Amino acid sequence: MAMDRTEEDDNLPHRLLDGCQRDFPLTPRPFGALAARLGTTEARVLDAFRDMRKEGLVGRIGAVYRTNTVGSSCLAAIGVPLERLDEVAALVCSFPEVNHNYEREHAFNLWFVVTAPDQARRDAVLDAIETESGLRVLRLPMLEDFHLDLGFKLSWS
Amino acid sequence: MVVMDDKDLALVAALRGGLPVAPRPYADLGRVVGITEADVLRRLRDLQDSGVIRRFGAIVRHHEAGYAANAMVVLDIPDEGVAEAGKRLAAEPIVTLCYRRARALPDWPYGLYAMVHGRDRREVEGQVAEMLRRTGLDVHPHAVLFSRRRFKQTAGCYGRERAP
Repeated sequence: MAMDRTEEDDNLPHRLLDGCQRDFPLTPRPFGALAARLGTTEARVLDAFRDMRKEGLVGRIGAVYRTNTVGSSCLAAIGVPLERLDEVAALVCSFPEVNHNYEREHAFNLWFVVTAPDQARRDAVLDAIETESGLRVLRLPMLEDFHLDLGFKLSWS
Repeated sequence: MVVMDDKDLALVAALRGGLPVAPRPYADLGRVVGITEADVLRRLRDLQDSGVIRRFGAIVRHHEAGYAANAMVVLDIPDEGVAEAGKRLAAEPIVTLCYRRARALPDWPYGLYAMVHGRDRREVEGQVAEMLRRTGLDVHPHAVLFSRRRFKQTAGCYGRERAP
């Protein structure tokens, strides 16, 4: 109810994101656990997450896996002639195994990540993109990860 | 190497779309996979403890959070110096991810990657230049690739919905 809303509730999305980008509660009622921690109700926490998903601020609540533990992934890049960029980007996006796909400012201007349950499928997708686009695909698999992923540090200025 | 069974892989696949935003989300996941809520929680804890899951929580979309300037900094550093440079960059507060990747010679000599996100492009350009100067890494060939359009950003296609 709007009348019950407090200033803390207005800040709830920020407080949630500061506190649950990692170690999301692994308990039967995780949203209730977060609510208890933040001094609000489970219903408000659920509403705040629904809103953040609707706005796109939170893509999902989920897991980030250590590379190549569950499945196999590879960063790839193509130098696409500008007049073909939309077409080739759409081709790349059409594979469900492609989870990121960005245009970047460089002669190699299309950057994407292919993640598949195994390396054979991953490589088949990269081969298919190469064949169907007629363009060379740079394959840039990860060799070493130097960063401990703690989530994204937001400043709410 | 962690051994994952079919139920683990099915759980990973069910989680791809995100944890349901509902009071008993792990019970909901369990119904999809065909296991109990307690089993879901036990498996997720095991995957986290064994390091398969590096992070479990809300995945923030940088662009929507107001961090529209996204730079991929790439450097060509001789192999024997890459690990030290990588650790140095990873410790920088503005670097959110730092990897060593295979080079793709002759077209792509760069093997070290650092991702930097910021609210403003000019600000990020300044921060990156300052960081490379201060760490002394600016003597190596490098490039800064800002993102222009985002065509797709979803979860990775991990796991298996059905046993192979």
